[in-house]
Amino acid sequence: MTNVESGTLLVVGDPISPELARTLDLAGRKWVGICASDDPNAIEPEGGWAGAIIDLSADPESGWSIARGLRRSDRDPVRALVLVSGGQLAELSHRDELFDDFCLTPFHPSELEARLDHLLASVGPVATRSEVVMYENLALNLETYQASVSDQPLDLTYMEYELLKFLAQNPGKVFSREMLLSRVWGYDYYGGARTVDVHVRRLRAKLGEEHADLIQTVRSVGYRFGRSRWKA
Amino acid sequence: MREQQCDYVLKTASERGVRMVRMWFTDVLGNLKSFAISQNELENALNDGMTFDGSSIDGFSRVQESDVLAIPDPDTFQILPLGDKGAAEARVFCDIHNLDGTPFTGDPRQVLRRHVEEARAEGLTFYIAPDIEFFYFSTPQPGERPTPLDNGGYFDLTTRDVTGDLRKQTIRTLEQIGIPVEYSFHEDSPSQQEIDLRHDDALTIADSVMTFRLIVREVAAAHGVYATFMPKPLEGVQGSGMHTHLSLFSGDDNAFYDEHDEYNLSPVAKSFTAGLLRHAAEITAITNPTVNSYKRLVPGFEAPVHLSWARNNRSGLIRVPIPKRGNPLATRLEYRSPDPSCNPYLAFSLMLAAGLKGVREGYELPAEADANLFELDDHALNKLGIGQLPQSLAEALHAMERSELVREALGEHIFEWFLRNKRREWMDYKTHVSQFEIDRYLGTL
Repeated sequence: MTNVESGTLLVVGDPISPELARTLDLAGRKWVGICASDDPNAIEPEGGWAGAIIDLSADPESGWSIARGLRRSDRDPVRALVLVSGGQLAELSHRDELFDDFCLTPFHPSELEARLDHLLASVGPVATRSEVVMYENLALNLETYQASVSDQPLDLTYMEYELLKFLAQNPGKVFSREMLLSRVWGYDYYGGARTVDVHVRRLRAKLGEEHADLIQTVRSVGYRFGRSRWKA
Repeated sequence: MREQQCDYVLKTASERGVRMVRMWFTDVLGNLKSFAISQNELENALNDGMTFDGSSIDGFSRVQESDVLAIPDPDTFQILPLGDKGAAEARVFCDIHNLDGTPFTGDPRQVLRRHVEEARAEGLTFYIAPDIEFFYFSTPQPGERPTPLDNGGYFDLTTRDVTGDLRKQTIRTLEQIGIPVEYSFHEDSPSQQEIDLRHDDALTIADSVMTFRLIVREVAAAHGVYATFMPKPLEGVQGSGMHTHLSLFSGDDNAFYDEHDEYNLSPVAKSFTAGLLRHAAEITAITNPTVNSYKRLVPGFEAPVHLSWARNNRSGLIRVPIPKRGNPLATRLEYRSPDPSCNPYLAFSLMLAAGLKGVREGYELPAEADANLFELDDHALNKLGIGQLPQSLAEALHAMERSELVREALGEHIFEWFLRNKRREWMDYKTHVSQFEIDRYLGTL
């Protein structure tokens, strides 16, 4: 693999559109393109990526999985701009932690350039969400992956943790099983909506009798996190 | 995904101060095996696996190469609420590989994984919910008969409620480590318990059965008593079974359900049932693997004897429970012969293989047998075309030996090893002169 210079932008697309390549070249950006199925770590320059542009229009699932990798907690997060088509705006909801900005395709070259300037000019660490999610006695430390209820540790598996984190970050909202599958499992899941049901049951078992009702079943819709304020 | 899971596991182990990680796997006979590594080794183990000598593990031995590689499945990493509080311990289930990275054919978990993945390639997910029965006894002295802790019966709330407390604590521990329990109660026989697990995918449930057997024994031992999954520990009362509820999902839909059928059973459910019925005798040596297993499969103790199915008749091999409120998701089969001494990975593999063979080849489902089959004589059963399960380990091995289905489903390595091992067990039993014979013949012959 050739050495990639530091200060290079990572561009992900299947394929990278000629318009995008032209815009970056005309703006004088150093960039390197990969397919969404490639591993960006393999060619990451020494000082890290200057930023990333991820085109989601062809293959959103692999694109998001790259975005997730760039936000892993054991590394400095890479600023990321995602490109989506108008019909894909729903892809963005509840994924705020995975990107810093977005631009609609087809894009206007000067808009993309302006957004890129802004993205790369912002100083200081990427704005991260609060590192601890609290709800009543439940606490999730996003930095250490540790969950506890009434100060007792909850020993969760990875997917149980991810599911509880997603729900606890969005209390009071009702999610369908399909929504939870695509947001929590990404697209790697198999087994359909039942996967969500069995994970919710395992989580409730671990939360124990007293706290099992933190995850409520909304009949024929899905699940909601948080206790309802009113008795039905 | 795997990279994120490993990251999660490493961070959790360090945050929780895990000193030891127990690497779990299962031998061919269904015994849980384990070796421990320190936290420092964990990253290495997750990336490259740990090599060990498999030659003294039952069913792992091979002629040439004895070293195998245990690669942890990070999704099964779980801190265990056992041992002392200061030093957390965790377990992780491992898949066993050859040193070149290919799956090791002697590993039961790899066998089930292969079946589950083949089904998944056809868009099918296999869900299982086992009902596991077992006995508590006071810790036996060598040679002594087992002594029950109480004389309670089915659903009894016993006054001397030692077993109730044990059961409660067992369930709390199971739930804490993510094994949800659906029902639990005192079963028919003295000191006999039943705990029913909630359904999950087949591989997860096989792992859960292994964990379950350990937790039940550990909790009992902590209270100075003994728990056993021996199928028939007491003569004259019911033995312990592991009735297994099966369903097959195609995406989000229950492939067993059909709203237009009078029983709400789809063609898939019918030919799956037919497959299980037709191949039941061949897979029995795996689902009921001990000499003692066959002392449970006798008339009069609610265990199945006949190769039949019915909706609400518990004397048959397969029951189709009528789901609550006609819930399409709850349509399932209950396969009633297995006992809790079996290797769950191999037993579930064969149930899936037998059922799917029925589906692929379009087996015809025989008529429902709704009479109490124990009241019919052989002639009447013959007329109905209803055969019997093997009556002994020897008969079961004989049926297995001739089964292409079982040979293919288990793979040559396990198939041959299991038959050899169990034939020896049968020979040992056959040459044993029992108390029954002494009592019956010594004085009169």
